[in-house]
Amino acid sequence: MNASVIIFYIIAAAIIGCGLLAVTSLKIFRSAVYLLFSLISIAGLYFFLDYEFIGAVQIVVYVGGIVVLIIFSIFLTQGSGGLMKKPALGRMVFAGLATLFGAILTYMLINNQLFISSNKQAIAPSVENIGAQMLSTTEHGYILPFEVVSMLLLAAMIGCIVIAIKVKTPELKNSVDTKDIEYRAADNLTIENKDIKIVV
Amino acid sequence: MNEIGLSQVLFVSCALFFIGIYGFLTRRNMITMLMSVELILNSVNINFIAFNKYLFAHKLDGLFFTLFIITIAAAEASVAIAIIINLYRNYHTIDVEEVDTMKF
Repeated sequence: MNASVIIFYIIAAAIIGCGLLAVTSLKIFRSAVYLLFSLISIAGLYFFLDYEFIGAVQIVVYVGGIVVLIIFSIFLTQGSGGLMKKPALGRMVFAGLATLFGAILTYMLINNQLFISSNKQAIAPSVENIGAQMLSTTEHGYILPFEVVSMLLLAAMIGCIVIAIKVKTPELKNSVDTKDIEYRAADNLTIENKDIKIVV
Repeated sequence: MNEIGLSQVLFVSCALFFIGIYGFLTRRNMITMLMSVELILNSVNINFIAFNKYLFAHKLDGLFFTLFIITIAAAEASVAIAIIINLYRNYHTIDVEEVDTMKF
């Protein structure tokens, strides 16, 4: 057991523990905060695996973007303090059993699988290499998915605005009604004027 | 066991994936279901990065898949939250069992 193994187990425990608390906590705001710590621990795992760029992107996009968005939507839709309804016992038991058996099956599959790593020259996942391959138009370049994803982001942005925009309910604006109201207002005004005159 | 291998990282991502599935099955609040989906997507990202590091270190393809998954997850979360806000405005609830207008 050297230091890096211990660090890995601390990170793994943080990821799994915070993830479990995020899906079981009954206070929705606490659940969002646990999700935040789980995502930060995942960024820590990326740093541990020497993928610094992905770790930085994880922190910027997930922690700085998505979790803040989720917290804002919690504030907009329901109070942050109240307890949520507890899920039904039967659903909890059966969901727990299903996920437990799935996890055990996957665990056994991973355990029995022999992974063969390639022995070619490794490429460092530096920002330089990532940028060069991301924007290259040669055979292994990723310029086409990059552009497609940019279009997808634009479409998602416009779609969000269209979905979440507040549609103004059409007010009851018949021309006759408004005229009536104007007439009445005018009548009231003249009556008031007459009253005032009488008083004066 | 002196070095962290591929299977240890895969165990973490496997556990995180099934935690997300459990949350998705038990929760009935839309925001918490969205949070479970984020956990599932993150476990897939860990898988891609781990396979890229331990098996295919001469390529960067897993890293690019992770980048695109993060981008699409951001788009998905923003659209989902727009839908949730619209739903709350119309029904004053975000419980998936109380919103049943399209059921019949």
